[in-house]
Amino acid sequence: MKVGDAEDNSNGQELSLSRGVQRSGGHYCALFAPRDPCLHPEVPTCTRRSVPATQPEQPRGSCRQQVPVAGKLHRGSAATGTTMEFSELIKTATVESVLLSCAGLPAVKGTLCITSHHLLLSSCPGGDAQPGTVELWLLIRNVDAVEKRLAGSSGTITLRCKDLKVLQLEIPGMEECLNIASSIEALSSVDSVMMMYPFFYRPQSLRLEEGWHLFPLERHFQQIASQTSQWRLSHVNQDFTTCPTYPPSVIVPAAVDDDTLRKAARFRHGGRFPILSYYHPKNGTVMLRSSQPLTGPNRKRCREDEMLLGTVLDKGERGFIIDTRSAQAAKQARMTGGGTEPKSSYPQWRRLHRPLERGRPLQESFMKLVEACNDTSATMDRWLSRLESCRWLSHVKAALSTACLAAQCMDREEATVLVHGAEGTDTTLLVTALAQVILDPSCRTLRGFLGLLEREWIEAGHPFHLRCARSASSHARPKQEAPLFLLFLDCVWQLSRQFPFSLEFSERLLLTLFDNAYASAYGTFLCNNEKERCLCKVKENTHSLWAWLNQPEERTKYLNPLYSHNPLVIWPSVEPQSIQLWQGLFFRWIRSSQHLDEAWAEIQRLVESKDPHAKEGVGKRLSRSLSDPAAQTENER
Amino acid sequence: MEHIRMPKVENVRLLDRLSSRKAALGTLYLTATHVIFVENVSETRKETWVLHSQISSIEKQATTATGCPLLIRCKNFQVIQLVIPQERDCHDVYISLIRLTRPDKEEREQGWKLVDLNEEYNRMGIPNNYWQISDVNRDYGVCDSYPTEVYVPKSATAHIIVGSSKFRSRRRFPALSYYCKDNNASICRSSQPLSGFSARCLEDEQMLQAIRKANPGSDFIYVVDTRPKLNAMANRAAGKGYENEDNYSNIKFQFIGIENIHVMRNSLQKMLEVCELKSPSMSDFLWGLENSGWLKHIKAIMDAGIFIAKAVAEEGVSVLVHCSDGWDRTAQVCSVASLLLDPYYRTMKGFMVLIEKDWVSFGHKFNHRYGNLDGDPKEISPVIDQFIECVWQLMEQFPCAFEFNERFLIHIQHHIYSCQFGNFLCNSQKERRELKIQERTYSLWAHLWKNRADYLNPLYRSDHSQTQGTLHPQMAPCNFLYKFWSGMYNRFEKGLHPRQSITDYLMAVKEETQQLEEELEVLGERLANLQKSQLNGNKVKSKQQDRNKQPGLSTSSNSLANTPQEYSNDLKSFPSRSPSQGDEDDSALILTQDNLKSSDPDLSANSDQESGVEDLSCRSPSGGGCLPSEDSGKDSDEAVYLAV
Repeated sequence: MKVGDAEDNSNGQELSLSRGVQRSGGHYCALFAPRDPCLHPEVPTCTRRSVPATQPEQPRGSCRQQVPVAGKLHRGSAATGTTMEFSELIKTATVESVLLSCAGLPAVKGTLCITSHHLLLSSCPGGDAQPGTVELWLLIRNVDAVEKRLAGSSGTITLRCKDLKVLQLEIPGMEECLNIASSIEALSSVDSVMMMYPFFYRPQSLRLEEGWHLFPLERHFQQIASQTSQWRLSHVNQDFTTCPTYPPSVIVPAAVDDDTLRKAARFRHGGRFPILSYYHPKNGTVMLRSSQPLTGPNRKRCREDEMLLGTVLDKGERGFIIDTRSAQAAKQARMTGGGTEPKSSYPQWRRLHRPLERGRPLQESFMKLVEACNDTSATMDRWLSRLESCRWLSHVKAALSTACLAAQCMDREEATVLVHGAEGTDTTLLVTALAQVILDPSCRTLRGFLGLLEREWIEAGHPFHLRCARSASSHARPKQEAPLFLLFLDCVWQLSRQFPFSLEFSERLLLTLFDNAYASAYGTFLCNNEKERCLCKVKENTHSLWAWLNQPEERTKYLNPLYSHNPLVIWPSVEPQSIQLWQGLFFRWIRSSQHLDEAWAEIQRLVESKDPHAKEGVGKRLSRSLSDPAAQTENER
Repeated sequence: MEHIRMPKVENVRLLDRLSSRKAALGTLYLTATHVIFVENVSETRKETWVLHSQISSIEKQATTATGCPLLIRCKNFQVIQLVIPQERDCHDVYISLIRLTRPDKEEREQGWKLVDLNEEYNRMGIPNNYWQISDVNRDYGVCDSYPTEVYVPKSATAHIIVGSSKFRSRRRFPALSYYCKDNNASICRSSQPLSGFSARCLEDEQMLQAIRKANPGSDFIYVVDTRPKLNAMANRAAGKGYENEDNYSNIKFQFIGIENIHVMRNSLQKMLEVCELKSPSMSDFLWGLENSGWLKHIKAIMDAGIFIAKAVAEEGVSVLVHCSDGWDRTAQVCSVASLLLDPYYRTMKGFMVLIEKDWVSFGHKFNHRYGNLDGDPKEISPVIDQFIECVWQLMEQFPCAFEFNERFLIHIQHHIYSCQFGNFLCNSQKERRELKIQERTYSLWAHLWKNRADYLNPLYRSDHSQTQGTLHPQMAPCNFLYKFWSGMYNRFEKGLHPRQSITDYLMAVKEETQQLEEELEVLGERLANLQKSQLNGNKVKSKQQDRNKQPGLSTSSNSLANTPQEYSNDLKSFPSRSPSQGDEDDSALILTQDNLKSSDPDLSANSDQESGVEDLSCRSPSGGGCLPSEDSGKDSDEAVYLAV
C-alpha cells in the first residue's frame, strides 16, 4: 500500500469523524475544538494561549485529493532514498473509549484515530455527528516522546509534544495501547523530509507558490546598493558547489571576484566564506559572517581569504572578529583542522572571544529547564536553584550580550564586524540576527522580522531539520539537536519585554515560530539549507508559513497593539535582574494565562479606542448624529 | 474659631523699630482672618490690620521686664513687634496665630477624615446581629496596643473579653479584622495564648466559641498560627504557645510557617547584597536570590493569605489568626486575605483603608519596625514591605484587578520610612492620640488621593471580571509565579527596567481618548444647537420660499452636509500623542512622573526621565579592556555587554 492508500484506509474507517473535522476546521488553533461551545462550556478554548500549533486548518478530505501528487513526489525522491508506507506503521488505526486528559482541562472520552500524520480524538456524547463533539487534532510530528504505562487490561500513554504540551491517553486494551504507542512512535520518527505533512497539506485559502519569494535577496541588495557601491550580488554559489549550505546568491565586497571567493571558500569550514550579513545604514558599517578559517595545526594561510577580509576595511581602519567560542576552544579547533584568524595574517582585525553554548550543552539546558518547569513538587528554593542549574537564562544573557557587543562595535565604534564560531550555522546566526533586531528598526516590523528569519536563519543554512528534530522531552539518543532558534526567539522576547512599543509583532508570533520550527504543516522550516530544499522541491510542493501568516485576518493576530515605529537602536539591559524566564513559552501548557490574556485584551481595547480607526468611528458617529436631523429638515420640507 | 485661644489682649505695645520711644499702646484683636491692633489714642484710634495669610513667621522672644515680645514678620516685608504684658497671653496669641496662619488646616483635617474605619466596618455590614462594637478598650484599659473601638461577637461580654485578654500575649484578645457579609464568615486576630504546657482560660475558650457562634453556617473555626511549629512550641516553655485543640471546642488548628522578624531582616539584607553585586552572572544572581530565601518568605505569607481567603470564601468558616504578638505576621496575613477576598481593598481608597485597619489601628509598631527613632536595631524588620511586595506579586498575576499601579505601592513604601506624614508615626493608636499626631501632621492618604491620577492602573475597569469577587491565585505549581521585584529593590537603577513603560503609555492613551470623547460631546452639543437654529432658519426660509416660490434651499443643506468633514478635521488636529520612545518632548508630555518630582522631591532620583533608548545611546560606548582603548570615556553601563 502506498501513501495514498493509507490515507484512504484511515478515512474509510471514520467517515463520520471527518464530517466533524470539517465542521471544526476553523478551530485549527485550539487543542480541543468544540463544535458547539455553548453545549460544552467545560472545554474552554480560551484557557490556553490560543496559538496555532501545527494542527492544519484543512480537513483531510482535501489531503486525499493531493495524494497522487504526493505519491508522485515520493517515487521521484530518489535523493531521499527510502520508500515507506505509512500503513505499515499504523498497527491500530482506531480505538473506542479513549480518555484524553491534559493539565488544566477536563478529561474527554472518545474515539482515538491515527492517520498518516495526525492523531485524532473525537468524543460523541450523543452519538455520531451530534453537536458537542470535541476533537483533538494533533500533528504526529509534534510528538516528542511517547511514554506508556500498562495497568491491568488498560494502558496509559503520555505524549510529550515538541511544543511542550503534555497529553495523556487512557486506552482500554493492552494490545491497543501498545499498538497505538508504537504507531505514534514510528510515525513521529519518520525522518524522510518528503514524507512529512507539509508535502500533503493543501489549505484551500492559499496557493502553493505564495509566500516563497516574499523576500528576494535581490531586493535586499538593491537597498544596500542604493547607499553604497562597495558590495555586489554574487551568484558564485548558483549550483551550491562553492558552499553547500549557502543560498545561490550572496552579497560580497564588490572588489572581490568570484574566483577569489571560490578559493577563500576552500579555506573556510564548510565553504562558508565571509559574506555580508548586515549593512548599518546609519553609519555605513557592516557585519559579515562566515565559518572558522581552516588554519589547522600548521597555521595555514589563504591569500584570497586575507584579501577578502582586507578589502572590507579601508587603510588604517580596524575591524572586530567576534568569535563565538572561547579563545581556548578556538585554539583547540586547530587540532581538527579549524582555528581562527591569527593577528599576523589579519593585522587590521581584532579578535574578541565570546563563548556561546551550542550543541549538546544547550540542548541539555533546554531539557533540564522544561523538566524543572513540569515538576510540580519543587519548593520555592528548589525552583530557583533548578532554574539556575539548567543555565538557560545564562545562555539568554550571553547571547544578548554578544549581540549587543556586535551592535555596539558597529553603531558606536563605527567598526566593521565579522562574526563566526566553528561551522557558522548556529551561534553565528544567533548573534548576527539578534544584532540586527537591536540595530535596525526595519527588522522590528512583522514583515521585516520574517524577512530577517528568511535571510539570517533559513537561507543562511541553519540546519533546522537536524536541530529541531527533537524537542525537550525526547528519550531518543540525541544527535544534533540544539534549540538555537528557540534561544533566538527567547532573546527577541526579552527585547520585546524591555521595549514593549518597539516591536510590531507580539509574543504570539514568537510562539508560532517556535511551534512551526519543530513541527509544521508548512514547508518553511523543512530541511537544513537551500540546497536540500531545492532537491526536495520544498518551494514547489509545500506551502509557506509566511503566506499563512500574511493573510490579513491572521496577520492582525500577531501584531503588537502598542507598536510605534522607533528609529533608534534598542539597547537592552543584560543584567540578571532584567532577564526573565519566558513564561509564555515554558509555562504555556502548565499555568492558566487567563488573567494575562485578559490584560492583553484590555490593552488592545484601550489602544484601539484611540487609534485612527476609532477616530474615524468618532467621525462616523458625528456624521450620523448629523444626518438624522438633516433628515428632519427633509421632512420639514 | 476653636484656634483663637485669646481673641483680645489689652495693653499691648506696638514698637517702632527705629525709635523705641515711639511705642504705641493699644489692644490686640485676633479674628478669623486678621490680626488687628487698635491704638489707644482716643482721637485717632489708629488701626493696623494684618491678614493671616500675609504672616510669614511668628517669633516669641525672651520675656523682659516690660513684657513678652512677639515678632510678626510678614510676606510683604512688614515687621510688627508687639510686647504683650503677660507671658501666658503672649503664648496663647502665638499658638493661635501659628494655627490661624496655616491656611490648609481644614485640608489637613479633611485629609485625616478620608479614611474612616467605622465607615469601613459599616461597609462590611457591621454592627449586625452577630457583631458589635465594644467600648471595653475605650481608655486603652484592656490593651494599650489595640484601638479604642474594637468589634467583637455580640455574645462576648466584657467579662469574657477581659478574661480572654489576660490569657493572651500583651492582652491582645481576639477581635474582628474582616467580616464577609455573604456568608457570615469572619477573620479575627489576636496574639498567642499564654497556654504554656497546660494552662487554660475559660473566658478565652468562650471567646473563641463566641466567634464560632457568630457564624451560624459553620460548626467550627480555624485557628491559624502563622509561626513555624517549632517556634510556637518553643514559646510554650515561656508560658506562651498555642491553642490546644482538646481545650477549645470545635476549632481546627493549623500552623503556617512564616519566619520571624529577625529571619526576615536577614533575608532582605542578603537579597540586597545580591542586588548590589557588581556585574553578577545569571548564576550569581539566582543563587543569591535563592540563598536569601526572600521569595520563599513572600510565598509563605501569600500561602497563609490564600488559605484564609479560601476558608472564608469557599468553606464559609471563620478564622482566628495569630502569631506571637499578633502585630506583624498576623497583620500581613489578615491584609493579604482581605485583599484576596474583597475587591474593595483592591481600589485605591480601599487599600488605604486596609492599611489603616490591619496595620495602623491594630498597633503595628511602625516606629520600631522601620527605625523611625533611634532604637533597638533588632526590632527593625521589613514586615510591611513584604506585604507590599505580596500586593505587587498579585498585581503581576492579575494585571486588571487593582485600581492602583506599582508606583502607588512604591510611594507608600517610601512614606512608611519618610516620616513626612503622620500615618506611620508611633507604635499604636494610643501613642498617636497622646502625641496628637492628627493635629500636627498631615495624612499620606490625602496626599496620594490628591495625586491619584498618577497612581491609576489603566487596565482597571470596575466592570472587569478580575475586579469582581475573590481572587484565586494559582496554588500549585506556582513557585515560578513569584518574581524578583526589580521595580522596588533596584528602583534607582533605571538601566535595569523596561525601557518603555506600558502603564504610562496607556494612561496617556486613556486620557487622550477621554479628551476626544469630551471634544466629541462638545461638538455634538454645538452641532445640535446649530441644527436647531438651522431648523428654525429653514422653517422661516421655507415659508419665505413658499411665498416667493423660489427654489434654492439647497445652499443651507449643503452647508450642513459639509460640516462633519470640518469637525473631523478638528478631531484630527487635536494633539495626538505617541508613546515616548526617546523623544524628550514627547516623553515630557506623557510621563506623569514629572508630577512626582514636585510632590515628592526625595523620589526624584527615581522619577528621572527615562527615555530609554536615546538616553543610553548618548552614552559613550567603548568598554572594559576589549574594545580599542582610543576611546578613553569608559562607561560601565555599556561595558556590561563586554563582561559576559
